[in-house]
Amino acid sequence: MTTLASLDNVTRTYGDVVAVDDVNLSIESGTILGLLGPNGAGKTTVISLLQGLRKPSRGTVTLFGGSPAEARNRVLLGSTPQETALPATLRVGEVLDFVGSHFASRAPTAELADEFGLDRLLRRQTGSLSGGQKRRLSVALAFVGRPKLVLLDEPTTGLDVDARRTLWDALRSQHERGATIVVTSHYLEEIEALAQRVVVMGEGRVLADDSLVGVLDRVGLARVRLESGQLDRVATLAGVDRVDEASGTSASFFVRDSDGFIVSLVRSGIEFRGLTVRGATLEEAFLSLTGGARAAAGARTAVRTTPSSTVKES
Amino acid sequence: MSTARLTVVHAKYTLLETARVPIAIIGGLVFPALSLLFFVVPQRAVADDPVFASQAVISLVVFALLANSLFGFGLNISEAREKPWDPYLRTLPAPALSRVLGQVFSTGLLGLASILPVIVIGALLTEATADLWRILVGLGALAVASLPFMFLGISIGYSMPSKAAIAVVQVVMFGLAFGGGLFLPPFLFADWLNALSQFLPSRQAREFVIWAVQGGELEPWVWVGILLWTAGSLALALVLFRRDEGRRYR
Repeated sequence: MTTLASLDNVTRTYGDVVAVDDVNLSIESGTILGLLGPNGAGKTTVISLLQGLRKPSRGTVTLFGGSPAEARNRVLLGSTPQETALPATLRVGEVLDFVGSHFASRAPTAELADEFGLDRLLRRQTGSLSGGQKRRLSVALAFVGRPKLVLLDEPTTGLDVDARRTLWDALRSQHERGATIVVTSHYLEEIEALAQRVVVMGEGRVLADDSLVGVLDRVGLARVRLESGQLDRVATLAGVDRVDEASGTSASFFVRDSDGFIVSLVRSGIEFRGLTVRGATLEEAFLSLTGGARAAAGARTAVRTTPSSTVKES
Repeated sequence: MSTARLTVVHAKYTLLETARVPIAIIGGLVFPALSLLFFVVPQRAVADDPVFASQAVISLVVFALLANSLFGFGLNISEAREKPWDPYLRTLPAPALSRVLGQVFSTGLLGLASILPVIVIGALLTEATADLWRILVGLGALAVASLPFMFLGISIGYSMPSKAAIAVVQVVMFGLAFGGGLFLPPFLFADWLNALSQFLPSRQAREFVIWAVQGGELEPWVWVGILLWTAGSLALALVLFRRDEGRRYR
């Protein structure tokens, strides 16, 4: 295992906004590293620092032993645009060839087209592609140069379930052939499906850097909502991570084991009504990692703005 | 991959993209030719004199390339910087120089194409005249003398958003065109304006191409000026390119 890229005490500010705050991160060869965090956590800034698109305000970014701002250090790097931003008048085959001509050893267009389901589209102008087709082409571009390190920023945003799984399969097979992949996402499901090591970011800081299992254990919370006249007693039950009080009589309890929590709730004899259980959104789960007063302040926002659905659709 | 090969690659795909919207090319071809038809051809005092007619054609040819360079680079680059495709290209292993030069060659080629109608109309409808080899030498001189226009356009493109670039390009273009004697010949200038004019790359380009086509004495301020403007504007373009992180919002 060798270190392909690293951030050492890196801080990046935009004016007054601190996007990345004293981050240490090293990317070793052979893994799929998931970079997980809510919007605004600093994931995209970390990626653009590694790509050499932005320079750190403080600290050092290293890519293949040198500065990512130097073109020669990016020869083994593959990346993909966050938005589907392909030049509308160029054909799919032309875009693949354009990007491919930057690399000494490039994957043949036909091989990539087959793998990413583009074989019937090579003669089409990219402006005529559907959202999913554009997304597949964008991700395929990251692999044209047979890279050792691939940075994917939100690769499946806006794709339906089938398209997402197709893309995941392609990413896994590229990984088996030796590519180290860094993938950012705010879908826990995506990170679960791909990543071996997970770095959780929030507010520009690394909140957790652990194996997939370790991180799932920490962010896999359930949200139990109920009404009761004795909310303060419910809050003292075992396993309660955090409480959001909605009104005097109703509250949401974030727990790791919702079944166990409900069993002990019933056993305690506390009266309650209107019990609902759902997976916590990632934003809600992240608040447990940040902790402290900031979490309490942010919690109300998170509860108010996140749709009542499962983690997977957040 | 060598810088030279990547330069060709970037030039090729920039041209390909432009060629897919043909009106962009046709517009560039027609505009300078129309200027000649409307402003020079009807003035028979100029059009019937071989020396003045040739100088008028050369001035408009320089103007065509000036406009092409400032608009082609200034606007295209500042617009591209606002689109996410451009940041993606910057993650590819292409050095700054090959991307700048790729843009130079693609827009330069379109610029050369835009002056051909001016030369043809000048030859057919005015008394402008020159030997074929003189015209070829003149084209070479034009390519050299318009490098500062290209690098200035690139610098504008990398230093401001596209809405600002439109305004700045127009001010710079008309300032250089009038000040450089491309619309009014310099012998009509006041002394102070003539002195100022000699520091402008447009005036230097005009004199340099006239010297290449009509012969005569080449004054040192012409070629020294072109060298200094080329070196200075290239350095500025490279600094702005390397410093660039895409459009900055506040």
